[in-house]
Amino acid sequence: MSYVVEMLNIRKEFPGIVANDNISLSLRKGEIHALLGENGAGKSTLMGVLFGMYQPEKGVIKVDGKEVRITNPNVANRLGIGMVHQHFKLVDNFTVTENIILGSEPVKGMVLDIDSAAKKIAELSKHYGLNVDPHAKIEDISVGMQQRVEIMKMLYREAEVLIFDEPTAVLTPVEIKELMKIMKNLIKEGKSIIIITHKLKEIKAVADRCTVIRRGKSIGTVNVAEASEASLAEMMVGRHVSFKVDKKESTPSDVVLKIDGVSVKNNRKVLGVKDVSLEVKKGEILGIAGVDGNGQSELVEAITGLRKVEAGRIFLNGEEITNLPIKSRIQKGLGHIPEDRQKRGLVLDYTMESNMVLEVYNKQPFSKYGLLNMPAIRKYAKNILQNFDVRSGEGAASIARTLSGGNQQKAIIGRELELDPDLLIAVQPTRGLDVGSIEYIHRRLIEHRDKGKAVLLVSLELDEVLQLSDRIAIVNNGELVGEVKASETNENEVGLMMAGVGKERNV
Amino acid sequence: MRNTIVSIIAIILGLIAGGILMLVIGSNPIEGYSYLFQGSLKNIERIGNTLATATPLVFTGLSVAFAFRTGLFNIGASGQMLIGGLLATAIGLTYDLSRPVLLLVMVLAGLIGGALWAFIPGLLKARFNVHEVVSTIMMNWIAYWTVYYVVPGYFKGDFLETESRKLPDSATLRTPFLSDMFDGSYINLGLFLAVIATIIIAFIINKTTLGYELKAVGFNRFAAEYAGMRVNRNIILSMLISGGLAGIGGVALYTGNASSIQIGILPTQGYDGIAVALLGANTPIGVFFAAILFGILYSGTGFMNAMTEIPPELANTIIAIIIYFAATSILIERFLRKFWKPASKEQDVVVPNVKKGESKDVDNH
Repeated sequence: MSYVVEMLNIRKEFPGIVANDNISLSLRKGEIHALLGENGAGKSTLMGVLFGMYQPEKGVIKVDGKEVRITNPNVANRLGIGMVHQHFKLVDNFTVTENIILGSEPVKGMVLDIDSAAKKIAELSKHYGLNVDPHAKIEDISVGMQQRVEIMKMLYREAEVLIFDEPTAVLTPVEIKELMKIMKNLIKEGKSIIIITHKLKEIKAVADRCTVIRRGKSIGTVNVAEASEASLAEMMVGRHVSFKVDKKESTPSDVVLKIDGVSVKNNRKVLGVKDVSLEVKKGEILGIAGVDGNGQSELVEAITGLRKVEAGRIFLNGEEITNLPIKSRIQKGLGHIPEDRQKRGLVLDYTMESNMVLEVYNKQPFSKYGLLNMPAIRKYAKNILQNFDVRSGEGAASIARTLSGGNQQKAIIGRELELDPDLLIAVQPTRGLDVGSIEYIHRRLIEHRDKGKAVLLVSLELDEVLQLSDRIAIVNNGELVGEVKASETNENEVGLMMAGVGKERNV
Repeated sequence: MRNTIVSIIAIILGLIAGGILMLVIGSNPIEGYSYLFQGSLKNIERIGNTLATATPLVFTGLSVAFAFRTGLFNIGASGQMLIGGLLATAIGLTYDLSRPVLLLVMVLAGLIGGALWAFIPGLLKARFNVHEVVSTIMMNWIAYWTVYYVVPGYFKGDFLETESRKLPDSATLRTPFLSDMFDGSYINLGLFLAVIATIIIAFIINKTTLGYELKAVGFNRFAAEYAGMRVNRNIILSMLISGGLAGIGGVALYTGNASSIQIGILPTQGYDGIAVALLGANTPIGVFFAAILFGILYSGTGFMNAMTEIPPELANTIIAIIIYFAATSILIERFLRKFWKPASKEQDVVVPNVKKGESKDVDNH
């Protein structure tokens, strides 16, 4: 069996941690090879080593059977290795062609020869079924199309090995299906693909083999056809994982949050949320489904008070809060698990104990006459950290920055649930977390619902919305496309609505 | 603890570099340093002068450090000092109150003047997001020209156009018992004010909800906003406190160390405050000791210059080098870490024993 890429016994250390410990990965010609692992398992580091971004302490890399030293990404490119990064590296106001040739511009005499490049790109596009218009501007095309431009970039540079770093994170279900088709076309043409992911479903759908790593160590490589999702998850986490979210039928009662015809401007100063009306009741989870950037963040910021409402009114427990300051909203029973835990959720340079009282530091017993009561704060924080199994080096005294992302997230969720809010807004509560943490957080959110509180869940993971929610509201381009009952819908229907295909309201 | 060590290493490296400089210009560094330290610490009078030199630096250092903890860069301590000093001088020259009341009013006037001068940049930042570096520097020049106009116009000195009349002894911070104790040094009550200010600021930063809020805004204003803190109010408040500190520094300089205010000079102590804050790692206690060190270096140069060929600018050079080392403290820390903690490497990758079927243990290192 011939391998296009062999990474043998790779070891990569960072200060204080061994990111890759004796990991091997061999890529056959013409296969899709998945690299699976929890957050921080060392997947990205391993691919960074292959792409020349890191130098391994130990180990050998062979390309086409020859040992190579990949000292930087340019060397990787020359060896025919290309990478589609999670965050695209495109110039917005350039055309597709200009972006693709950037860095290796063809010249005719003294001038740029764009026409011949565009022609070559059109040919490639046709050959691989990418359907990319070489003359379109990046800012005018969809995210899925932008990703194809990234793929095209690699093909243009004649890459034989393509690395995809979590390619589906930004795509709609329809786009994901198309991407998978493209990937299959690519291997038909003799390319080889490594896909980094922690989504098991996608591995089952496209990958031939799968290498699992856990905590920097190689767990094994399996043929995907012979593995089940459950067995892959178990390999990844090291224990049995339950995918089904156990929950009782919801028993919604009084309205907690009422949004009435709300419009909000986004960062580009145009309306990002247009005339949206919603209700969330006690004892139910309302999920908001939508592709990233369709107004979810703006809507949440309007409810929490971080963004000004242009039109419409917001009520919490029957009381208007449209223009109240953030602090009074929190006092009236609003909890918020923010989208960006490091930007909004934590003061990273504060200790965990200080972070646990971020919203209540000025209340008794945490302070009196403006003086902090550290023993009371410490006790409160310790309790949360213990209940939510937040792990850190020095317990409550640890600086927040030193905790792993999953533990930071658990701490935030613990803090918000400890406030026992009437309305909990959970935005992307499990983003970037591994299946074990996800399972735990989901259980807590449902517990909160069962206590008779309202939960507004915003997530880009369609599975998460479908599993947790009792009702689902779908947004597209800042507008409410429709509302469906979670028990009466499926991925296809919601996926179509996310793409903007409307549906009569049937709630 | 680590900060202290880094600062001390920066100081030692700065002194060594200064010694090398002395060698280069053909002087004996041991002799040079011995005269430098003699100049500032040789007898009780010189010690008094050293402490007095350090006093305004404590205030400006605290001023810069306090603003910095809130995420603001107050470059305007000089202007705030000038206005504080001007108001205090004006009151000292105008009103004939009993000494304790007069001094109290003068200090308060200095505080209010400095606070007012910092309030404007604070307001501009909070309202219009004008960067405080730009606006505080502009306020410096407004203060400069205000003094230029007011002093000759209303408080002209008896002999010189360029400075105000001398304050009567009863309207200065100098006090006989201190002067006597330190053998006629110009040490004054400003030092006590500096100690009190250091303690109060340390208390505010570490023990109060105000300090908690201000630091949260400084570290991460988005998280502070998320938690319902009023970010803009805190920016203004922080600038007020910062400016007030610098204002009292001006009072200490113009009515304590000196007894008149000159026109056409922006006090360098305002800018030195940045260096003091940096070396003191933005902690009040650190600032206090950093200011004392600067006082030693500044007040010893005259003597060193008189006894040797070494030019007085060397003190500034040494301070500059110390600041370079303090500013690149990350290098020193990295260096320390190499020798200090080789044992911590394994610690972070401990894999907890998670058994199959156990759903509670989750960890993502």
